[in-house]
Amino acid sequence: MNQNALVIDDAQQGDVSGTQYLTCTLAREQYGVGILQVREIRGWEQVTRIPNSPAYVKGVINLRGTIVPILDLRLRFGLPTEPYGKETVVIVVRSSDREGDERSIGLVVDAVSDVIVARDEDIIGTPEFGANVPTENISGLVSEKGEMVMLLDICSLMDFAIDES
Amino acid sequence: MSIDMAQFHQVFFEESFEGLDIMETGLLNMDPGAADAEEINSIFRAAHSIKGGSGTFGFMNVSDFTHVMETLLDEMRDGRREVTADAVDVLLQSVDVLREMLIAARDGGTADEQRVKSQHDELHRVLADKNATSEPAPTAPASVEAAGPDVEPTGWKIVFRPHQHLMRTGNDPLRIIRELASLGEMQAECDIAGLPAFEDFEPEDCYLSWELRLQEPVDRAQIDDIFEWVEDDCDFAVIPMMPEGFDASRALNEAVADPTPQADTVAPVLSEVEKPADRRAEGERRQVPERRKAAPAAAAGSSSIRVDIHKIDGLINMVGELVITQSMLGMLGEEFDMSRVERLKEGLAQLERHTRELQESVMQIRMVPISFSFSRFPRLVHDLSAKLGKKIELKMSGESTEVDKTVIEKIGDPLVHLVRNSLDHGIETPEERVAAGKPETGTVHLTASHRGGNIVIEIRDDGRGLPRDKILAKAIDRGLVRPDDNLSDKDVYDLIFQPGFSTAEQVSDVSGRGVGMDVVRRNINELGGAIEIESTQGKGSAIIIRLPLTLAILDGQTIRIGSETYIVPLVSIVESIQLQQSMLNTVVGRGETFTLREEYLPIVRMHELFGIEDHDAQALTDGILVVVEGEGRKCGLFVDDLLGQQQVVIKSLEANYRKVEGISGATILGDGSVALILDIPGLMRLAKHSGGRAGSPLAMTA
Repeated sequence: MNQNALVIDDAQQGDVSGTQYLTCTLAREQYGVGILQVREIRGWEQVTRIPNSPAYVKGVINLRGTIVPILDLRLRFGLPTEPYGKETVVIVVRSSDREGDERSIGLVVDAVSDVIVARDEDIIGTPEFGANVPTENISGLVSEKGEMVMLLDICSLMDFAIDES
Repeated sequence: MSIDMAQFHQVFFEESFEGLDIMETGLLNMDPGAADAEEINSIFRAAHSIKGGSGTFGFMNVSDFTHVMETLLDEMRDGRREVTADAVDVLLQSVDVLREMLIAARDGGTADEQRVKSQHDELHRVLADKNATSEPAPTAPASVEAAGPDVEPTGWKIVFRPHQHLMRTGNDPLRIIRELASLGEMQAECDIAGLPAFEDFEPEDCYLSWELRLQEPVDRAQIDDIFEWVEDDCDFAVIPMMPEGFDASRALNEAVADPTPQADTVAPVLSEVEKPADRRAEGERRQVPERRKAAPAAAAGSSSIRVDIHKIDGLINMVGELVITQSMLGMLGEEFDMSRVERLKEGLAQLERHTRELQESVMQIRMVPISFSFSRFPRLVHDLSAKLGKKIELKMSGESTEVDKTVIEKIGDPLVHLVRNSLDHGIETPEERVAAGKPETGTVHLTASHRGGNIVIEIRDDGRGLPRDKILAKAIDRGLVRPDDNLSDKDVYDLIFQPGFSTAEQVSDVSGRGVGMDVVRRNINELGGAIEIESTQGKGSAIIIRLPLTLAILDGQTIRIGSETYIVPLVSIVESIQLQQSMLNTVVGRGETFTLREEYLPIVRMHELFGIEDHDAQALTDGILVVVEGEGRKCGLFVDDLLGQQQVVIKSLEANYRKVEGISGATILGDGSVALILDIPGLMRLAKHSGGRAGSPLAMTA
């Protein structure tokens, strides 16, 4: 795993000096996840519900022996829900949380779209948004082919304790 | 040579703490006046390793301190000093100080310097005592000094012949020579006779040897210290140079076979090699501060476990079997037809067997003997009995009983508390004991054994037993029980597990502080265990702890609520019943309860507590009531169905998510889906707080 990560890293160095992001759609908006944080992309499957959890925590799945919670990003961001369909995917990401512990979580999104390359200087800070965009979970914005991609801050999505329902 | 030393820190600390334990046990076993040489030797070796290691890793205060202890031990080992009770006590205290210093070094803090200093002085005091109190034993072996003990040497001649592989062990002869040179004026002669032809020359081998003349009457020990790390990788001899005509070559020939120093080549070789070595040394020095910073992180990050090599070999064998089975099945699968279905079944059965064996062996790895936890008690009893003025003998049995490592870690503090209690409250003073017709010395018996799938730890003493009346009076006083309640002995003794329960006059310096019995019970319950008390007034008491062998696997009962599946730990289940209308009572304001053998128990409707909408059973008489017990309280869980019993592997929910009230973990079922494991005490708390129908009755069953 580590080696893989290194290989990707090397490939990037040789690339047009930038970071790769996996983009996905959510209520017609584009979101991006640092590609090195992506562990795998899975289709939606039945989860085991966790009682007395926030609504956006759909439940947990068995990911080759580890228990991984699945978050519905639409619910997390307060966007209107839609029934899960064929294109609904779960992006399993891994990142360290605020305490520095490595954690894995799954994010339910409408669909996966593309991989983009963005240089750090092209990323602009998060402006004050309107009502329904969660600024605290966005680490920055980048423009790709005229469309705005919001880069997700995975670490902040792992703060389960704060969002007690 | 930019090795990150921090990566070895953890190993160093673990080994050092083990060494401290060895020293402690050894010191406690030591009989003043008649110490076993082997015992002293093992203590000395432990101290020596700690000193060497701490020196290497730059914990100079630790190595300096250990050095003094080592000197003392060395004198004892050589028989130059008597083993006195005073010296043993000082050494024991020094072990404590050393442990503190090591903990401080590990966590990046600083040890209490005042304490270190005073202990240091104390050691020196004992060392200085030597001449006044004890005669040097005649057997003291002093190899070279014996040749001319009366003549002070003016210097030392050192023959140093590194073995070829010396540099591959990370040592550098130059560093040693330079260090020697720092002691005083020194001439060096290099012998290049061992140099091979150029084409055979291995750059990593050392072909040179040296004869060094140190013109300074330094202490022999200083020279030995320098060679400490290379002792096994070289031949070296230190011969004192006497003022006139001492026959040094004789001793030299004895020590090193065939020394043929060649004087003419020394200077050029030395001066050429010296420069790069210097730079290297600087590089090392620069590294030091970084190392220090990295240490705490590495130490805090992970813990490791030492595994018996036989266990590993067993595992490897089993994996081998598994691979064979797998390839057999693979071949079968390639050209499969129905005629081979028997072989397939056979293969699958084999696969199942091997998998189970492998699972058991892997679990075995986590098992360590309980002596890891018991080993601290001799010291505790030794110290405490002195402090309390009691005579107490500690007996231990079953130390080799193996338990899961996590259990060992978590059982330590509760056990200490219970043993302290036993010493403080249980065992009487010698006078009282004699008056009661008992032997003067009280006995505390610590045993561990396997019983069924559990490990049972017993702390049994022959003291005064639990004061039943006093406990009862206190409980009545605090309103925990009514005076007219007819309580069994067991019920009375269970009262001491109530939070904050302590019969006031019993509190003392020893056991009045720290965790209470309620915490002890909670800790043990958290491990999935149970605790009970037996006591006979005047005869003694026993505390019996039952713990599961492992925390990684549990026997569970699968239950169904609507479409959801949960696991109830089998140990928590009292029984499962189908409710009859006659058993039900609804007490106004107290929610639903049922009667089971004269007990009123609350009912927790699981589907309400967990918000499950598609549950089948509506009336309480439709479903199943699982009667569970946790932390001494009982209640009935109302569920739709019982599915079956199975062993489940516990997976952490917190690793990727967070703690969920009422859930202790998760497991993966046979079909690959996840099922949550119920935490019964947590569930009861949840039911209590969530109010509603499942609420208030829990409060009254305490």
